[in-house]
Amino acid sequence: MSQHMNNDEVRHTLSILVDNEPGVLARVIGLFSGRGYNIESLTVAGVDETKNLSRISIVTRGTPMVIEQVKAQLDRIVPVHMVRDLTQQGLHIERELALIKVVNKGEARIEALRIADTFRANTLDSTLESFVFEVTGSSSKISAFVELMRSLGHVEVSRTGVSAISRGLNVDMPIRTQNETKD
Amino acid sequence: MTKTSQPKSHASKADSSNDLAVTGADAVLRVLEDLGVEVIFGYPGGAVLPIYDALFKRNSIRHILVRHEQAAVHAAEGYARSTGKVGVVLVTSGPGATNAVTGLTDALMDSIPILCLTGQVPTHLIGNDAFQEADTVGITRPCTKHNYLVKQAENLVPVLYEAFHVASSGRPGPVVVDLPKDIQFAEIDMGQVEPAKTKAVSRYRPVMTPDADAIRQAADMITSASRPIIYGGGGIINSGDEASEHLRELVALTGFPTTLTLMGLGVLPSEDKHFLGMLGMHGTYEANMSMYHCDVMLNVGARFDDRVTGLTSGFSPHSQKIHIDIDKSSINKNIRVDLGIVGDAGIALKMLVDEVKKRKAAIKKDALSEWWKKIEEWRAVRCLEYNQTGDIIKPQYAIHRLWQKCKDNDVYVTTEVGQHQMWAAQYFGFNAPKRWMTSGGLGTMGYGLPAAMGVQIGNPGKTVIDIAGEASFMMNMQELSTIAQYQLPVKIFIINNEWMGMVRQWQELIHGGRYSESYSASLPDFQKLADCFGMKGLVAKVTDDLDPVIDEMLGTDGPVLVDVRVAKEENCFPMIPSGATHNQMLLGPNDKAAKPVSEEGMVLV
Repeated sequence: MSQHMNNDEVRHTLSILVDNEPGVLARVIGLFSGRGYNIESLTVAGVDETKNLSRISIVTRGTPMVIEQVKAQLDRIVPVHMVRDLTQQGLHIERELALIKVVNKGEARIEALRIADTFRANTLDSTLESFVFEVTGSSSKISAFVELMRSLGHVEVSRTGVSAISRGLNVDMPIRTQNETKD
Repeated sequence: MTKTSQPKSHASKADSSNDLAVTGADAVLRVLEDLGVEVIFGYPGGAVLPIYDALFKRNSIRHILVRHEQAAVHAAEGYARSTGKVGVVLVTSGPGATNAVTGLTDALMDSIPILCLTGQVPTHLIGNDAFQEADTVGITRPCTKHNYLVKQAENLVPVLYEAFHVASSGRPGPVVVDLPKDIQFAEIDMGQVEPAKTKAVSRYRPVMTPDADAIRQAADMITSASRPIIYGGGGIINSGDEASEHLRELVALTGFPTTLTLMGLGVLPSEDKHFLGMLGMHGTYEANMSMYHCDVMLNVGARFDDRVTGLTSGFSPHSQKIHIDIDKSSINKNIRVDLGIVGDAGIALKMLVDEVKKRKAAIKKDALSEWWKKIEEWRAVRCLEYNQTGDIIKPQYAIHRLWQKCKDNDVYVTTEVGQHQMWAAQYFGFNAPKRWMTSGGLGTMGYGLPAAMGVQIGNPGKTVIDIAGEASFMMNMQELSTIAQYQLPVKIFIINNEWMGMVRQWQELIHGGRYSESYSASLPDFQKLADCFGMKGLVAKVTDDLDPVIDEMLGTDGPVLVDVRVAKEENCFPMIPSGATHNQMLLGPNDKAAKPVSEEGMVLV
C-alpha cells in the first residue's frame, strides 16, 4: 500500500553549507552523478571566512522520494554541515546573474538597448557592433532576455546559476562575525 | 622537502620517548597505538617506506604481510567483522592504492569499519604523473565513507583521529588517508594530540538515540499487528553484541516470526523456533511468504536490498512498514515505509523492548497463533530439502555435514561468492553474531580466503572455515602463501563443481543453457597445491569420503585445503527469479518451466 505515491518530478532548490576544503565540491557532484540525480544548476562560494564555510546552491529535479534521497545522501557527506530544502520550506528568493554579449548592427542595436532597459540590464561594455549586458533575476527572466537577444544578433551567454535564500527573518545558515567565533 | 635534522631526531627517539617532536611516520604509529590498533594488514612500497621503517623500529603493532593489496582489505574486513574493531590497512601509492579499491568498495557496501592508509608521492610531485602516482582520493571518493589527503604536516594527527572516528561511528565504513611521503618525514608536534582527539569527534556526530515518540509509535504498531514479522540485518551486528541480545529479547517477548538478511545471520540462533531462515532471492519459502503476507513489518538494520525485495512494486503489498536504520538515506530509498526511525539498532531495540513490555497485553495472541499456523504450512513445504543419493556428493549435503560437525563448537565461517555462498547461508547455522563473514553487497569473488586470514588473526585458537567455490578461491589464492607464512590454521573447504556455478545457473535459467565461458577449465590439483605451500590437502570424491575428510580437516592443527568434488550441475533453490515477487518463488528444478523469467526480469542482475 505504501508503494503508491506521487511519481511526478518536481524542481527543488537546496542550500548546502559545507567546509571549504579540497574535494568537497567533487563529493557533492560525484554523489549526483554516481546516483543518477539531476543537477539543473549549481553555484558555490565561500560565505564564512572565520569558520571556513562555503554555501552551495543546487537546483535539482526528481520525484519526491528522490528529492528526499538527495537530501539524506548529501547529509551523509562528512564535510556537509547543513542541508536546507528552500522549496519545501516555502517562500524563498532565487536569483541568477548573467552576462550576455550581443553582436549586431543598425536597428537591432537600438532594439537591444530598449529591451535591456525593460529588463533593467546594465550595459557593461559596448563597441560599435556589440554590447555586453549584465542582467539579474529569476532563471526564467534571464532565459526570456537571452531569447529576445538571440533574435537580435549573435549572442554569447555566461550565467552564474541560481543563488537562493529564504524570505523573512529566519536565519537558516548563520555565519559568524569576527568577534563571535565560539560555537 | 625532507629536513636534514630528521634522521637524527628519529634515531634518538628511542631513548627520549617524551620528545614531542617526531616524524610523520612515527606519529602515524603513535596515533594507531593510542587508538588501540593491534594489527595492520599491508604491503610495503616506495611511498610508505618511512612508515614501514617506523613499524620496524617501534615494533609495537603486528603487521601481516599479504600477497596482494585487495587481500589486505578483505583480511582487515574479516578481522573487523569478527572482532567488532576497526580493520587497519597499509598500502603504497599508485598500484597499492588501486588494488585496494575492490576491498574498499566491499567494505563500503557491507558497512565495515576500515582505516586504509595509502602512501602518496611527495606533495611537490602530486599532479606530475610521478612514478607510482595515482589520484587516490579521487579514485576512492565514491568507494569510501570519507577520505583525506594530508598536505600539511600539522593536519596529520587530527586527520588520523577523525578518520578512525568516522570509520567506526554511525554507519561504519572504509576511510582512506592518503599520506604523501614528505609528510611521513616531516616533523610533527605530538603536543597537539589531545585537542586533535576532541576535534575528531566534533565534526561527525551521527544520530545514535532514536526519537522516543517514534519508538512508542513503533511499539503501538507491532503490538497491534495480526501478522507481524521482524526483518533484521547487518546493522544489528554492527551495533554490537548487545543489539542481538535486545533483538532476542524482543522476539522472546512477542513471539513474532523473525527473518534475517544474509548480513544478519547469527543475530538470532539458527535453531530458534521463531527464526524463519534467511529471506530474499535464495531465502526460505516461509521467510519470503511471511514477508509477502505480513501486515506489520519491523525492519531493524537492513536496507531493503534488491536481493531481499525482489520486484519492489510487489514487495509485501499489505503491510505497514517500520524501518530502523542508523543511516537516514537508507530509509525510503528502495521501499517507501510508514515509519522511519533514525538511530542505532541496539539503542532502538532496547527502547522498543521497554515500550513493548508496557503493551504486552495488547499483543493479539489469537491472531498471532493463526499467523504461526499459516507459517507452519509454508515451513512444511521444506524448501531446503535436497536429494542425497548415490556416490556423488551434493553441495548442500557437504555444507550440511560440515555444519553438523561444527555446530557444538564456536566456529567462524567466511565464504567466497556464488552458489556455495548461498548454500552456506542456507545449510550452515549460526548461533551468535560476528561468526559469519561474507561479501553481501558487492558480491566479491575472492573475499573469503583473505577474510578468513583476518578472522583467524583476530580470533586465535578458534576454528575458521572458508567455505569456497573453486572459481572464487582462485581469485585470491596467492594468499595461501600468507597463510603458510603465519601458519594460520584456516580451513579452506572448496565446494568444487568445476563451474562458476551461479553464472552457470543463470545461463541455464535465462540464457537457454548456453554456458558461455563459465566452465572452470585447467583447475589445479588442489591437494598438490596445498602440498606445495606446505599445508595439508584433502579431497572428497564420493559421499563416503566426506565425513572422514571433514573430521580430519577439523582435527588438524594447521591450515587445510579441502577439495570437495560435488555434483556439477546442482542449482541453488529456492529462488525468487529476477523481476518476481516473494510469493513467486521457484522451489526446485521442476518449478522453473512453470514460471519462466519475465523480460523485465532478464535485464536485472
